[in-house]
Amino acid sequence: MARSAVAGAPGISRSRLTTIMVLTGPAYIWLVVTVLLPLSVMLYFSFLSDVPIGKRVAVLTIENYAAFFEKDFYRILMLRSFRLGAEVTFYCFLFGFPCAYVLAKVIKGRWREALFLLIILPFWSNALVRIFSWTMVLRGNGILERAVNWLIPDFGPLGLMFTYPAIIVGLVHSYIPYMILTCYISLQAIDDHLIEAARSLGAGRFTVLRRLVLPLAFPGILAGAVLIFVPVLGSFMEPRILGGRIGTFIGTIIEDQFTAVFNWPLGAALSFIMLGIVLLILLIGVPAVRRVI
Amino acid sequence: MRRRYTLASFGRFYLALMLLFLYLPIVVMALMSFNSSPFYRLPIDWSLTWYSALAQNSRLIDAGLNSLWVALATTGLATVLGTAASLAFFRYDFKGKKVLQLLLFPPIAIPWLIIGTSMLVFFFWVGIGRGLHAMVLGHVALAIPYVIIVVSARLRSFDPHLEEAARSLGATSWQTTWRVTLPWTAPGLVAAALFAFAVSFDQFVISYFLSTPGVSTLPVEIYTAIRKGFTPEINAVSTIIIAISMALLLGVARFYRFGGER
Repeated sequence: MARSAVAGAPGISRSRLTTIMVLTGPAYIWLVVTVLLPLSVMLYFSFLSDVPIGKRVAVLTIENYAAFFEKDFYRILMLRSFRLGAEVTFYCFLFGFPCAYVLAKVIKGRWREALFLLIILPFWSNALVRIFSWTMVLRGNGILERAVNWLIPDFGPLGLMFTYPAIIVGLVHSYIPYMILTCYISLQAIDDHLIEAARSLGAGRFTVLRRLVLPLAFPGILAGAVLIFVPVLGSFMEPRILGGRIGTFIGTIIEDQFTAVFNWPLGAALSFIMLGIVLLILLIGVPAVRRVI
Repeated sequence: MRRRYTLASFGRFYLALMLLFLYLPIVVMALMSFNSSPFYRLPIDWSLTWYSALAQNSRLIDAGLNSLWVALATTGLATVLGTAASLAFFRYDFKGKKVLQLLLFPPIAIPWLIIGTSMLVFFFWVGIGRGLHAMVLGHVALAIPYVIIVVSARLRSFDPHLEEAARSLGATSWQTTWRVTLPWTAPGLVAAALFAFAVSFDQFVISYFLSTPGVSTLPVEIYTAIRKGFTPEINAVSTIIIAISMALLLGVARFYRFGGER
């Protein structure tokens, strides 16, 4: 084909192989050494009884995994994290999907590009700083509390800071651009004539949404949901900053094992249990949802 | 017709609300950084107190310089390595190409908490340790997939016949790459480099696990300060960071978008 002209005749495929290795080798060696090897070593550590550094003696064990199933503490936290992930994903869809729809079907031309950029822009700026900025809004006597008290005199303190809703608000703010982005891409691909045809055949707005738009936009919704759900499960900085003392989730417990308690094997085991459950959900849950829609 | 019009304006109004939600906290934070009251009293007493305090804070400045060096090193390494791999993907169909492309997803899809802690464990175990060098190792791994995605997107609009033409006119493979393919890809390269810089400069989780008490980057220092409690200088430094990353991404958008038309 066209490309083999550059690659050379089939006879000298050895030099072709060399070129491919030279071009892709460095990037992939880097990825293997800094991502795949560390993950494998961490998997190995999750089966150790102690951190094998210095004079500590470590033996192979499944104790760390057993701890998860024996102690309610970890299971409750894992459930709490999954609930948090589900709620954040749901709110991102609820508020993000209409936004993507307006952007894809109502706004036209240069405005669309500009608005699209405006939505993506905060998303790529520093996540930590954006979570921190919410403390300025939510804190006692902050902007939000003053605004509410100005609208409704003598409303009193809101008491939002260091609560579960504060964590939700911060996380939705962090991740909603993902949902808007992926929904926008799949909504834009829907032919407007399809919607017009359905309308002219007598379908109501709600029917068009339920039977036509939502099913066609489903891949985008799904992609957005996965991109939000998985990182929210692993979040630890957001609950700590916005949740304070109530901000304990599986992510913060895993972080503790590595930075405070120095129980790396337990932290590693909890990480892999989390990854395992996510994988199960993706393998079983996603095809099931797809069948329904 | 009238109903359709009102629905559309409601949609526009909703979009405006969304933008308010997205920008409100950032704007509030930026305004507070110019408020001389350390208790964020209103109305704002305009001053540059916290910016001059920032100029005296050697801890934050050192961390800022560290961030800059790590980001520059990451940009250089990730752009070169990622572009080379994208060229191979673009030119050749080979066994295992799908596998290699699939391998780009773990660094993006696995929570950074798990990637970061596993790097900590591994680097500690093999003796690489923690510090700026470890952060560069980690940041480059995160940036490579983004570079490959951005550069490949640009290469998709490149006509392979141009390379053929150059070759048939006697250019060597190296000359073809250097004189024909790369100049065409340039806007994509700039976008990818800016992207890599932003990935590293804004990275908190990986840096957090790979930092030592003495050596850290700006986001890590900011986190430490937030956890310790109140420091209004953080507002000032955060405002600067947000301004830098937004400027960077406007740069990406410019090269990424207009790239296709040039």
